[in-house]
Amino acid sequence: MSSLTPRLTEILENLEFFPDRADRIQFLISFAERFVPIEPARASLPYPEAHRVPGCESEAFAWVFADGQGGVQCRYDVLNPQGISAQAMAVILRDGLEGASPSQVAAVPDDLVYSIFGRELSMGKTAGLMGMIGLTKALARRLTD
Amino acid sequence: MEQGYARPDDLVSTEWVAERLDDPGILLVESNEDPLLYATGHIPGAHEVDWTRDLNDPVVRDYLDGAGFARLMDRLGASPDTRIIFYGDRNNWWACYALWVFRLFGHENCSIMNGGRIKWVQEGRPLTRESAPVRPAVGYPVRERDDSEHRAFRQEVLAHVQAGGRLVDVRSPAEFSGEKLHMEGYPNEGALRGGHIPGAANVPWARAVNPETGEFLPPADLERIYMEEAGLTREEDVVAYCRIGERSSHTWFVLRSLLGFTRVRNYDGSWTEWGNTVGVPIERG
Repeated sequence: MSSLTPRLTEILENLEFFPDRADRIQFLISFAERFVPIEPARASLPYPEAHRVPGCESEAFAWVFADGQGGVQCRYDVLNPQGISAQAMAVILRDGLEGASPSQVAAVPDDLVYSIFGRELSMGKTAGLMGMIGLTKALARRLTD
Repeated sequence: MEQGYARPDDLVSTEWVAERLDDPGILLVESNEDPLLYATGHIPGAHEVDWTRDLNDPVVRDYLDGAGFARLMDRLGASPDTRIIFYGDRNNWWACYALWVFRLFGHENCSIMNGGRIKWVQEGRPLTRESAPVRPAVGYPVRERDDSEHRAFRQEVLAHVQAGGRLVDVRSPAEFSGEKLHMEGYPNEGALRGGHIPGAANVPWARAVNPETGEFLPPADLERIYMEEAGLTREEDVVAYCRIGERSSHTWFVLRSLLGFTRVRNYDGSWTEWGNTVGVPIERG
């Protein structure tokens, strides 16, 4: 069963304040502007292929760490500087899943992409953004294996 | 204009564009895959054309009609004489796609900015977040799309195959061989059968581009890839395809505008149509 964390729910509710496409885009860009890559102490280039987001042409990578309190910390890097949507998605997932349990992460619906970006995305872009969610969920599940 | 290519007017340099930012006869259009990119900064004066919202019919799998194109051109403030320069992300993939659609409507006076957005940025040229100034609508004439020259449909492709015609499949080798049916995580773009259209040569679209600069390869390199390796010739009728006709519009531009092929059509139905169609021939491996 899929569900959202309280912080992801809050982000989606905030997005609803921007029915105009241009305003919504600016709101999403504000997330991208807060993007910071994974801390060098945790991972350095070249990143292991196991952390490469499949199907993401912005060359996104994802990691999920246990926070020691039963929750997770999600971290990302986006190697293509033109990958603004991937950067925005990384910040939303990092913020929205901070401290969530692995099972909460695993319950995030893949179509969260549409809730955030709308359906006017290219096939490739959709694949990449869904891939970020999918890999994050898979890495979270591994923490409990 | 970029020299050495077959149709030099179809390709302009970043320097050429930079020198003409205030030219009212030129309309700059940015067309990206990433919907957020234009709003983070664009070439001063550039308008945005979004391939989903602006170029596609919202219901039918087809492009906009003549009235819709005229409305788009009026929104952009373009007349039939306006020279339109397209550029964008992803090695101008989407810019080529937009140009291809514009050519379906007979707007021949349009070009690609070589290197696209990435080259403009690498050269430290200016970007702005300011909205492009509104250009007054001039009442662009309603001209219905003419698909005959640049676009191929399934039955035409079938006849082309049966006549031993040449095709170029611009997907990845794994998609071409049939090993992969769709991009991971996106089954909606998949097909029930994997492989390629019989007789197609496999030349992934991005081979035409220098990944460092985003620029098209020099003519001699393009000739080596498409003519020596793939065995295509300028005089042949060539059909390009991919999964849904976007990547192949890039190759359509390379073959037609840069190498001077006389007859190139983009099969936009591509593998999502062919691989799901009952009874059409498929090759694997």
